[in-house]
Amino acid sequence: MSKKFNITCDQATTICDKSQYGEVSFLDVIRLKFHFLYCKICGKYSSQNSKMTQVYKMKAEDCKKQIHCLSTEEKVQLKRELQELQELEA
Amino acid sequence: MSETFKKHTLNPDKWIDNYADYLFNYAVTRVNNSDTAKDLVQETFFAGLKSAKNFEGKAAERTWLVAILKRKIIDHYRKINSNKGKAEVRMSFYDDGDKEGNWIEERVPQSWQNEADKMIESTELKSTIEQCIDKLPEKYAIVFRMKTIQEFETEEICKELNITASNLWVIIHRARTQLRKCMEDNWFNN
Repeated sequence: MSKKFNITCDQATTICDKSQYGEVSFLDVIRLKFHFLYCKICGKYSSQNSKMTQVYKMKAEDCKKQIHCLSTEEKVQLKRELQELQELEA
Repeated sequence: MSETFKKHTLNPDKWIDNYADYLFNYAVTRVNNSDTAKDLVQETFFAGLKSAKNFEGKAAERTWLVAILKRKIIDHYRKINSNKGKAEVRMSFYDDGDKEGNWIEERVPQSWQNEADKMIESTELKSTIEQCIDKLPEKYAIVFRMKTIQEFETEEICKELNITASNLWVIIHRARTQLRKCMEDNWFNN
């Protein structure tokens, strides 16, 4: 029984990372909880990991607001190059 | 009963006005570098022009161009992948000897100081995260950004980057472990 639930810190923190995206199986959640019973370091990692997720979410929200566009000069240049190629292809 | 399909046509003279910004935005969110994105958009238009004779009109013009751009992005990722010898800051956090899979003693997570204050949204915080992400090996940074910052589905990333789901989770785990440490050193305990 315990063999089935015994995982290394590397495995525990991998599950912990996956859980931040809600993509972890029920069995893995049990394995993780079991690991936390005797590993305080991974417990600390887990709590800090949730905080890091909050920070990443701030960053994600920020990125969503940005729209990237080419400048007018870049478009003019691109148009010119495309036209040259069209003439060559014709 | 006969079905009528609208046959799409290509109009390269209007490509830049109609699709340059859309394609550029699409590329820059995936490669996170405006110069690379610009090059990819240019290559996409050139490739589109060269293969215009093969356009069957089944897909809309933009969909067809995006498909070309996707292939260009995958080629770009593959090029990064095969970039051997490039200096990468890839730190190991777990023992691979007798205590395989356990934390390496000097790399265990440390307690963070003034945690609540440090969690307040600020330009400095965002710029420190950006710097930490930039320190990751490029492939880790791409996968991490797509999954965490751009919030793409796992399946979509795997398809676009031609990697397996387990491969993706290994990369995400390594990236997050490295980022946690970087933020600990440069933000929380700085």
